[in-house]
Formats: sequence, structure tokens, C-alpha cells
Amino acid sequence: MNFKLSDAHAMLQKVAREFAEKEVAPLAAELDLTGEFPRETFEKMAKCGFTGIGTPIEYGGSGADDLAKAVVVTEIARKCAATAATLSIHSIFPSVIMKFGTEEQKAKYLPLCADGGKLSAFALTEPNAGSDAGAVKTMAILEGDEYVLNGTKCFISGGGQAEYLIIFALTDPAKGLKGLSAIIVERGTPGFSIGKIEEKMGIRASETVELIFDNCRVPKENLVGKEGKGFNIAMTALDGARIGVAAQALGIAEEALDEAVKYMKERVQFGKPLTALQGLNWYIAEMATKVEAAKWMVYNAAFLKQSGQPFTKEAAMAKLYASETAMFVTNLSLQIHGGYGYMKDYPLERMLRDAKITEIYEGTSEIHKVVIARAVLG
Amino acid sequence: MKIIVCVKQVPDTNEVRINQETGTLIRDGVPSIINPDDKNAIEGALALKDIHGGHVTVLSMGPPQAKEALKEALAMGADEAVLLSDRAFAGSDTWATSTILAAAIEAIGGYDIIFCGRQAIDGDTAQVGPETAEFLNIPQVTYAKHIKAVGDRVQITRYTEYGDYVIEAKMPLLLTAIKELNEPRFPSVRGIFKAYSTDDVKVWTLDDLKIDMTQIGLKGSPTNVFRSFVPVKEKNSLIIEGQNGKEKAAALINKLTDLKLV
Amino acid sequence: MNRAKVNQGNNLADYHDVWVIAEQNEGKIHPVTIELVGEGRKLADSLAKKLAVVVPGADAEDEARKLLHYNVDKVYYIKHPLLKDFSTEGYALSISELILEKQPEVVLLGATSIGRDIAPRIAGKVGTGLTADCTKLEVDGEDHKLLQTRPAFGGNLMATIVCPKNRPQMSTVRPGVMEKAAYHQEIHGKLEIFIPSLKEEEIRTVLIEKVKSDKKKVNLIDAKVIVSGGRGLKAPEGFALVRALAEKVNGEVGSSRACVDAGWIEHLHQVGQTGTTVRPDLYIACGISGAIQHLAGMSEAKYIVAINKDPNAPIFKVCDYGIVGDINEVIPAMIEAIDKNGSFEI
Repeated sequence: MNFKLSDAHAMLQKVAREFAEKEVAPLAAELDLTGEFPRETFEKMAKCGFTGIGTPIEYGGSGADDLAKAVVVTEIARKCAATAATLSIHSIFPSVIMKFGTEEQKAKYLPLCADGGKLSAFALTEPNAGSDAGAVKTMAILEGDEYVLNGTKCFISGGGQAEYLIIFALTDPAKGLKGLSAIIVERGTPGFSIGKIEEKMGIRASETVELIFDNCRVPKENLVGKEGKGFNIAMTALDGARIGVAAQALGIAEEALDEAVKYMKERVQFGKPLTALQGLNWYIAEMATKVEAAKWMVYNAAFLKQSGQPFTKEAAMAKLYASETAMFVTNLSLQIHGGYGYMKDYPLERMLRDAKITEIYEGTSEIHKVVIARAVLG
Repeated sequence: MKIIVCVKQVPDTNEVRINQETGTLIRDGVPSIINPDDKNAIEGALALKDIHGGHVTVLSMGPPQAKEALKEALAMGADEAVLLSDRAFAGSDTWATSTILAAAIEAIGGYDIIFCGRQAIDGDTAQVGPETAEFLNIPQVTYAKHIKAVGDRVQITRYTEYGDYVIEAKMPLLLTAIKELNEPRFPSVRGIFKAYSTDDVKVWTLDDLKIDMTQIGLKGSPTNVFRSFVPVKEKNSLIIEGQNGKEKAAALINKLTDLKLV
Repeated sequence: MNRAKVNQGNNLADYHDVWVIAEQNEGKIHPVTIELVGEGRKLADSLAKKLAVVVPGADAEDEARKLLHYNVDKVYYIKHPLLKDFSTEGYALSISELILEKQPEVVLLGATSIGRDIAPRIAGKVGTGLTADCTKLEVDGEDHKLLQTRPAFGGNLMATIVCPKNRPQMSTVRPGVMEKAAYHQEIHGKLEIFIPSLKEEEIRTVLIEKVKSDKKKVNLIDAKVIVSGGRGLKAPEGFALVRALAEKVNGEVGSSRACVDAGWIEHLHQVGQTGTTVRPDLYIACGISGAIQHLAGMSEAKYIVAINKDPNAPIFKVCDYGIVGDINEVIPAMIEAIDKNGSFEI
């Protein structure tokens, strides 16, 4: 046992922190206000190789591992959860291609997604298929050499900006879940359009949209893995994505804790700094303890994944716990800030709004409890 | 083009705190960073290499921990790193430090450009670059904000209080970089993991250098610290009260008008 | 090559006089030179030595002669056609030659971008120590050592440096810190012309061009009033307010490092440890929290006004007058109040 980041991971953490402070933090409040997608920041993250973490070097990636990815997402999330979400969600597509794609697909898409600055997205959710992924209705029927897609996806993060998307659709509707397949759709393909752009409570810059497929034809080479393996692919992808959400939540929580600590040292009431008030100190103790626990849960899940061990349960636990911690800590930090915390001049109200989504997306807390209970009870 | 960049690992002075009683630095928990101007120097060297090809060596003097700074420079894209680390170097002032750096640069040899940051944020002396150039007997251009290499010459735009000077010199020469020179690149993820996959920071000691012992270390340094202390500042501050900003502003302007300041 | 060395056991008693190396550009003397002359006088008096000013140039005799009016005992005019424009090697070589010949005890230069360029090369050539960017100079009562005090670690710490075994004792001195020498109609000193043995090939850099900045010159050092903006402005547009107020009070615009780093304003406006040290009559800090690095550059102002939304900002501890409030509300109200007060006078 050695509870310490390796020197390389520690350096990466430092670099990501610098990047976040310099390139991400100055934009966070503005992006939250306008909801504008952080395109330029994404390209800068590509230049640093953040978007290529997990993709092997021979495919133009950065190499590195899941822990590296978690560390970077955490640091970005400290300054802007929406930007971190963008990075984290983008990384799903290349990881799916790497695991399930053909050699041609790898050669074509991985370099572009790794450090080529091309954004990708993952589209599973539908209006009637949220937690119940089995209720997907979008169809992809093979006609000759092409799949013809029809249906609607919703709440797709980055969907309107992405160059490449992985769509889950029924290639054999009669088989239900067993007829679900994963198919790549490129931006600009005729019959594929962007519908409603959502107005969200938090992570407002991570552009969340509706995707509409109306007789959208894609070559059959765009099938990822085998027909009917879609559910398996989606669940595998989500297992990994959970670590990403947990890392986002961890970053928000860490920053909110730091903000609380800083404020308590500076702010004087009743002639003393807030740190002289035991009631508030107890808040800090609880917040710090939860943040510490969440951190090691996230690191552990990442470690299990990269070392090829089963990690579904641990990833679900990390996601559940880190997201609840993010809500707990941002809420208390805002409380400690009092009236100032409620104002937009301080980042806490944004962080609280940003934190909420981590309890919902890539599987709600409730779904995670189902996953965990199933793993524990066997 | 062969470039040697001198870098210094410094405490992040934004985070430095002082023990008010002892007047000493609290370094615990203060992150160490590559001196900011030195980062501009690294970027300047890498940018020249991007255009003209070549080889960039980063050179530092310091305790073994200073390896971290060199690893970061490697991660940014430097080709080679040398750390000068020996107890005999401890306590060196700018004279002694420049003596050691110049000896190391001679040992590396065959250089076209020596690149330094203008000054380090812990000492703020801006003396090590020029003194190193003096000991190497090469020309220097300090405060470089723009650099262009043409053939065997370098053209530098140098900041002065009177406006910029455009200066040309033949290589080899020494340059010191200021913030305006460039925007240092972030080390890439690939670079970071590569820098740590091998232990390729060379560590040189006194034995590796041809050096006059009377000119280095605490004993060889012509200057030394007589005492250090924490600056004290106290003032009677009056916070102007009022119902709103307008009222406060009016009260302030009245006071300043009385004092004939506005 | 044969380089100079320190600690050669030279007799310290062989060194005399306090020297100021003047800085001139196109015949105009930099204000820091007059500050150094003021400080050099005090040091020379307490050492019971003479004060000399060194002026390198090609056609600067008139300017050099003018310096005699500042209670100076001697002016050395280093005259050479190659010294017409500044060059590191030309200036360093010829000044070093004079130092080696005359053996001064103390040599002061302004810590400008020129002074800090040549001082280390001079120290390197004559073989002595050098202390950078001093803010205070004193003579030690006991053995007449020069105590050279300067900020370190971003102004968090002050260090007093000595150079006990080598001469001259050399310092560069931060502009704007020392008091200027007074001008006297009468003179008592003499001008001596020194012709250095400078050769063209010894200057290995070529000045191609002096780029005149077409921007309005920012003169923070001499400004009586400075209005500075900090991170609390929230956006680069915040400087429009700061500028408006500065115009209203005939002041210059200053900035904290944060805004310069963020690219909201040029470095020329930066006040503080890594920027300019200022001592105006009035310093108005708008949305500046008061990091020690900033305070290091402006705490000598006669009056400091702080406007900040955060009542806990450290700037309120060093200000004379503080307003806790929103910049966007307070600055326009100040401008309005000035207009109003002005109209009363009429």
C-alpha cells in the first residue's frame, strides 16, 4: 500500500492546477452566465494532451491512465465544473472506440479525438429512457450498406458541438435490449440535426441538447462492436464515465472546502475571525473528512480500472459518495459565506448549482445504490 | 542550434509566509515552482528549436529537490537536463552562483545561446545572467521581449524605460527573458510521463567542474546577509461609513478636497 | 580567459569616494541619478569621503556639467564616440576601467533596466560583490561597512547585505525610493574628462533601432496622483472607470499584478514588487486586495485611499481612508462629487 500519487501524477496535478487557474478560472463566471460552450479552452486542453489521456500514444493519444484522467478532471472542476464535464464526457467516445472499435475506426477517430481538438459525445438518454436505458426507441435499420437512423436523443452533453457521436439505437427492435447497438454518427450527416438546447441549472456551459435523427444514413462500417452488443458497450462506458463524474464532484468539493477555509480565516465577526467559532469549525471538520474519503474512493476506482480489476462497484460507490459530498460541502461552504455566498460575486452559488448534476447524470444516486446493492448482495 | 537554459527552482512567493517572531521564512507547505521568468526562457528556447531545430539543455543549481523543476522543463520539451548539486555550492551569492553556472556551461560546451530569466522571484537580483555572461566572456542582451534568429545572428527587441531597443548580435550570446517575451507552454501529459519514465536528469557535483574553490560557496561569496527582518507597516485607517456608495464617495471627496489632494 | 576574482586580499583602505553612475539617454539624465546623488551625498558625508558622479557618453558634457549643481564634488565624464548609444559592453568596459583606475569605495547605479544590465558586468570585471535593487543604504557606525537593505521573497522579508572583503561596495538602487538631491546655483566640484581605451570590436552587439513608443508615456514614478485598479474590477472594462477617475484627478493609471497577468492592462502600469515603486501624494486603490507584493510598491504614498467590496481586504490595514463598497457605484459617485465640489468654487 502506498497512498501517494506517483511523481508523474503529482506533476500532472500541478500542471492541471496551473492550467485551471490560468485558462479556466477567469472564464468560469462568464461561461455560467452566458452558457457559451468553452470551445477555445477545449482546444487548449487538447494541446496539453488532457483530451488524449487514456488513448495510447500510437493512436496519437497521451497514454497515461485512469488516475491521470481523474486527477486532471478534478483540477479543472475546481475552477469550472462545466469545462470539466466537457472534458470528462468527451473522453467516453475514444475509450469506447479503443475497447470495442475496429482497427479502421481506431485509426480514423482516435488521433482526431486525442489531441486533434475534435470533440466527441455519447448519446444514450431519450425522453422515455433515462435511468431505464432499456426503453430506448431510436432505431438504426440496416438498408444495404447503410444504417438508417430515426428517433430522438435528449440531454446530450456537447452533442451540438461534437464532431463525432456514438449513438445507441435498436438495430433489431424485436429483440429489445438485445437489439441495441452502438453506431458512430458524424456531425453534418444529412438527416441528423440538433433540436432543443436546454437551459440548465448548473454546468451551464456544457451545452446540453436534443439530437434528432430523421432518416439519417450512416455507412455500416460505423457500427461499433457487434450488433446487439449496445447495452453491454453502454454499461461498460458508463462504468468508466462514473469515475469521471466522481472526479468532477471531488473537484467541486475540494474547491468549496478551500473557499470556506480561506473565508473563515479572513472574515471577522464579533471581533474575531470565523475560525474562532467552534460551530463553524465542526462544519469544516465534516467537510474535510468527506472530501478526504471521496478523494481516495475516486483514486481507488481509477486504480482498479487501470489495473484491469473489476471496478463497477467501487466506481459506483465513488460516484455516489463524491457527488453527495459535493452537494454537502458546497451547501455548507455557501452557508459559512453567509449573504456573500448567495451572491454571484462569490463562486459558491455557482458551485452549488454545478454540484447538483453530479447526483443525477451518468446515472442518478438511486441507480447507483441499485448497482452497489446488487454488487454487495450478489 | 544548441541552447542552454538556466533555471531556478523557487518557492512560490505568493504563498510564502513569514514567522513574525523569528523573521524567517515558513517554507513548509509552500509549493516550489520554476521561476516564472525562467519559464519564459525555456519557452523562448523551445520556440527557437521549433523553428530552427536543435537541442535544448536545461541547467539548474540547487538541492536534489530541484530535479523536479528540471523534470518539468523536460516535460515542456527540453532534451537534456543537468542539476548542479553539491554542499560546496551552498550559500553562494550571485557572484559564486554565476561562477558555478559558467563552469558548467563551459563543461557542456558548444552552445549558441544561453537563456536565463531576467530575475528570480525569491531574490529578485537579475544579476546571475549578466555575471554568467561576463565570466563566459560572451555578449548579452537582457530584458528580451522578442527574439529572431537569422543565420549566425540573433535579433532581439529589448525593453528599456525609454522605449524598445532592437539589438543584433552574433552567437554565442546570453539572453535574459521577461514575461512579455512569450506565453510559456504547459508541459504535455505525454511529456510529463516521459520525463518520469526514465531518470534522465544528470547530477553534477564539484568533481565534474573545473572551478576555483575560492570563488564559490558561502566562503567565496563577496556578499553576505548581515541580517534579515520582517517589514512593519502600521497606519490609522479610517473606514468611511455611509448609507450607500454615493454618500461614502461624497464624504471621501470632501476629505481629500480639504487635504488639497484633488 | 583571465577573469577577475574576488577575495584577493586587497587593502580596503586603498579605496575612496562614493560614486554614482549616472544614467542618460540622448543627453537627458534619468531622475534616478538625482536620487542617487541625494543618497550618495549622505553616505559620503557619513564616511567623510567625496561624492563623484560618472557620466558615460559621446556628446553629454553639458549634461554632465549640470550635475555639479547638485552638491557634487566631482563629475567624471567618460567620453568616447562609441558611448553615443547605450551598449552593455561599451558602458561596462569603460566604467570598469575608470573604477579600476580610481578605486572608489562605494559605487551606486539605478536599478533600471540599463543599470541592472551593466552593474553585474562591472562587478564581474572589477571583481567585487553587488547588491541588487536596494531600498535603503546606511553606513555601519563601527567599521564603515555599507549596509545595503533590499526586499526579498516578494517583499515578505527585508535583507541587509554587506560586502565586507571586496571593494568597491556596489549596489543598484530602486528608482523612486531615495529623495532627490536639491539643485544649487553655486558649484564647488570639478568636471574631469576620462577617455577610455574602448575599441570597436569590444562591443559585440549592434543597436539596430530605437523604437519610440507611440503610446502615451506612463509616468508612475513622478505622478502626484495614481488611481490603480485590481482584480476587484472583475473585467478589463473596469479600467474605463479607473481611467475616468484618474483623468478627473489629473493622475496616472496604475494596476495590480493580477490585472497585468490577466492581460487587462500593460505591464508599464504595474505597481509593486515586480512593477514600479511609486510615492505619490495620493494613491487610490480600486478593487485591490493589497497583497504584500503590491504594498511593497506603494506604501510610501503620502495618502492611500482604498475602495474594495471585501471589508477584510488587507489594503484596509494600510490605507488612510477606506470605503467598503462596489467600484461600479463608488467611482462614478466620486467623479460626480468632484464635479460638484468644483462647481461650488465657481
